Amino acid sequence: MLRIDNLVKTFAGERRKRSRNGNGDAKGPAKIFAVNDVSFEVGEGELFTLLGPSGCGKTTTLRSIAGLERPDAGHIALTERVLFSSKPGEKPVNVPANSRGLGMVFQSYAIWPHMTVFNNVAFPLQVMKRAERPGKREISERVMRVLETMELASFADRHATKLSGGQQQRLALARAVVIEPSLLLLDEPLSNLDAKLRESLRYELKRLQRELGITSVYVTHDQIEALALSSKIAVMSDGSLVQMGRPRDVYQNPSNKFVAEFIGTSNFISGVVSGHNGERYTVETNDGRLLLDSAADMPDGTEVVVSIRPESMELSEQHRPGQPNQWSGNVLTRAFLGDSVDHVIGVGKHELRVRCNPSISIAPGTDVYLRMPPDRLSLVPVN
Amino acid sequence: MMTTASPAVGTDTVAASAWWRRWLPTPKMLILGVVGLVIGYLALVPLYYLLWGTFFDADGVSVAGFERAYGNSQIFELIGNSLWFAAGAAVLSLVVGTALAYLNVRTDVPFKALFFAASIVPLIIPGILYTISWILLASPEIGLVNKLVEPVFGSGTFDVFTIWGMIWVEGLHLSPIVFLLMVAAFRSMDPSLEESALMSGATRWQVFRKVTVPLARPAIVASILIMVVRSLESFEVPALLGLQNGIYVFTSRIYFVLRSYPPDFAAAGALAVGLLILAIIGVALSNIVGRSGKNYQTVTGKGFRPRPMELGKWRSVVGAGIILYFILTVIAPLVVLLYTSLLKYYTAPTLNVFKTMTLENYRELIGMSKAVTALRNSLILGIGSATLVMAFMAIAAWFVVRSRVRGRQVVDQLAFVPLVIPGLVLGLALSFVYLRSPIPIYGTLFILLIAYCTRYMPYGMRYAVTSMHQISSELEESAHVSGASWWQTFRRVIVPLLAPGLLAGWVYILVVSFRELSSSILLYSPGNEVLSILIFEQFEDGEFTVLSALGVVMVLTLILLVSIAYKLGAKVGLNRTN
Repeated sequence: MLRIDNLVKTFAGERRKRSRNGNGDAKGPAKIFAVNDVSFEVGEGELFTLLGPSGCGKTTTLRSIAGLERPDAGHIALTERVLFSSKPGEKPVNVPANSRGLGMVFQSYAIWPHMTVFNNVAFPLQVMKRAERPGKREISERVMRVLETMELASFADRHATKLSGGQQQRLALARAVVIEPSLLLLDEPLSNLDAKLRESLRYELKRLQRELGITSVYVTHDQIEALALSSKIAVMSDGSLVQMGRPRDVYQNPSNKFVAEFIGTSNFISGVVSGHNGERYTVETNDGRLLLDSAADMPDGTEVVVSIRPESMELSEQHRPGQPNQWSGNVLTRAFLGDSVDHVIGVGKHELRVRCNPSISIAPGTDVYLRMPPDRLSLVPVN
Repeated sequence: MMTTASPAVGTDTVAASAWWRRWLPTPKMLILGVVGLVIGYLALVPLYYLLWGTFFDADGVSVAGFERAYGNSQIFELIGNSLWFAAGAAVLSLVVGTALAYLNVRTDVPFKALFFAASIVPLIIPGILYTISWILLASPEIGLVNKLVEPVFGSGTFDVFTIWGMIWVEGLHLSPIVFLLMVAAFRSMDPSLEESALMSGATRWQVFRKVTVPLARPAIVASILIMVVRSLESFEVPALLGLQNGIYVFTSRIYFVLRSYPPDFAAAGALAVGLLILAIIGVALSNIVGRSGKNYQTVTGKGFRPRPMELGKWRSVVGAGIILYFILTVIAPLVVLLYTSLLKYYTAPTLNVFKTMTLENYRELIGMSKAVTALRNSLILGIGSATLVMAFMAIAAWFVVRSRVRGRQVVDQLAFVPLVIPGLVLGLALSFVYLRSPIPIYGTLFILLIAYCTRYMPYGMRYAVTSMHQISSELEESAHVSGASWWQTFRRVIVPLLAPGLLAGWVYILVVSFRELSSSILLYSPGNEVLSILIFEQFEDGEFTVLSALGVVMVLTLILLVSIAYKLGAKVGLNRTN
């Protein structure tokens, strides 16, 4: 449906004071890669999320799709239609933003404060080329139908700025989908709302996207939002795509340390692969041997990092015989978080965070046993 | 899923033809191009002709004009007077304006509303009327204040026709501007900076000296430079007060040279170039100061509600001082105008005089076709120049703030060029242009319209650019993504959102062009007088009573225009907050 190949966008950077390796060779304005060779494909009806910390290039990628930013190189195509293309030796194509026929929800919603709710939504229809523009009657019908879906019909004649935050968000969405675009772009649409509202709108957004069946590209820095909404997640860092996959895969099998750290919290234990049998690996660490399952292909002797989520570990004061990956440690500190209790366990030089059911709370100083199920451990290569 | 293979989709034909169309000028490019050219023309052509008219005569390049202008012993006196007058007026306005601003923003001074009236009203009174009121108040022969103190100090105690009188009038007329600048500076200053000094054990006075003043220093230095430039450019005060006793400054000398027969254009041009250089130095210095001030930027954009300092026992003293200031700067000049307008001939008030007051002068005004024409001309020019400037500057501001065209900053800088050109110099330059050009507008209202548009272009640009910055670019981008063309976006999204800022600029330009004198005086021709010119003519004829009636009409018209505009503005503003 949407296909992006080798997208590159640089900005003229500020004069760097010192180059990263200390040679001082970076004189003059260095080019900063906002987006560096990014390629991906979004399938029909998918909600595809670009996830990453601020400055990772996710918004620049989205704005390049919208036509608000002109990439340096790459190819953007929507089904058969080329929106942007710049390749050496080929005719460049850059369809202006107002001819791409996409829908977009902005971070600030960008609701026009001088128009009513109705006029905000009617605008994209009113500015269509004369030949394609629907009649007044049809415009009114279509706007009201969309407002109905968004449960805003009763506010049609109100001034847009009189709406609450959640209503404004729905209005921005209504305006984006009124022309029934083939692709919907959402730039951190929930980040301006307070935590409670964000949570409820997250589900509403998911429901609306499914009901309307619009293929969507969603940009966010909130990993929980990304996990809850997406059909597919692409994690970006420093302008590059670092991992792409279904939310569960990305969460459970981060392909590198950045992803493991950025999405949720992780404990990292470094070690060396000492042997493997099919997908069952043995890793030697300073504090003991770990058995784990991984589809990765790593020869013996590879230096690796084993990552495990805090909620995937079990804690008990008794040793349970016959279970693999059972380490003994000492409770350093604990914190009651309401729906869980976090313990920090000292094992050798490591400090591991373990999230437990609130019924389990072990006083600091107690000796405990830590169990790590092999299918919950993932192998992350060292760079 | 992550693939780097080249896509199988071909380049579609619609996009390909769009690529060819890129080379044809779009309506957007045409509009922007026209606006850029007009701004460049208004800013640069007068300067070019000014230099040309100054340095070229029938025989080619010549500095004879400079020799005639500067080659006499009076030149040092002229420069001395100019600088003394400018510096004196700047210091007076700075001291008064800053003190009032500090009291108003940071203390629990009484009569805060009166304060603002005292600061805004002198801005509305045209300079020529303000100067004439002070002649009526403090001229040694007829001044009312002199008559008042005569029994005690003897006759002619105060003489407004001296350099001190000039400084006094100009300084008081400028102080509201300093007041507004400093109020903005004090308001944006984080009070916690002062509070933390207090908590460190400093006394109020130490805090003021060591924290408040250093923080406000960029604003103070910037205001003083702006005031020096404004007083250098001032024409009304030097012409009306200085010429009487032969105290010449640059502006009045230029006027004098042009009014002698035959007018020496080259010498006037040489003086104008000198004045222009002084003004450029002042503006450049204030820009440098303004830029270095950003090093300790105190403006954070947060709204502060500083706890006012308690004046205690000084509160009543300061309150009395404010009433006195209000009487001196607002009440006295306006009352004396009104009083004079009701007399048959100017005289000090006695019981007898009040009995003989008539509306005869106003009746005469209605019958005077010149006065009606002048009022009409002023209205046409004010509304015309305000509308034209704001319309062009709205587009120019988009070009400067939003477009990514290389060199867009040049348009911004060009629009600011007229800021350094004194009105009288602009008038002279424009007369050079249109005396020589084949366009037959010399001696018509058009040349005045061009002069006003040029002079007030920088202010229009400031208003438009400031409000453009306040419109989030996402509002525009969302219209673009919705399918709107540039012109549709501009008309339906940007202009309505800019409206309050554009209206504010429109009102400002209307007010200042309504009282413009210094460039009009060199460009008007009989039959095309504007109000301020008519007042100037009547002053020269000694017609004080009719003049005062005309002045009262002018002030009332201005107040009416400003209040209508604010009513309209309130409506637009309401729409926005609704």
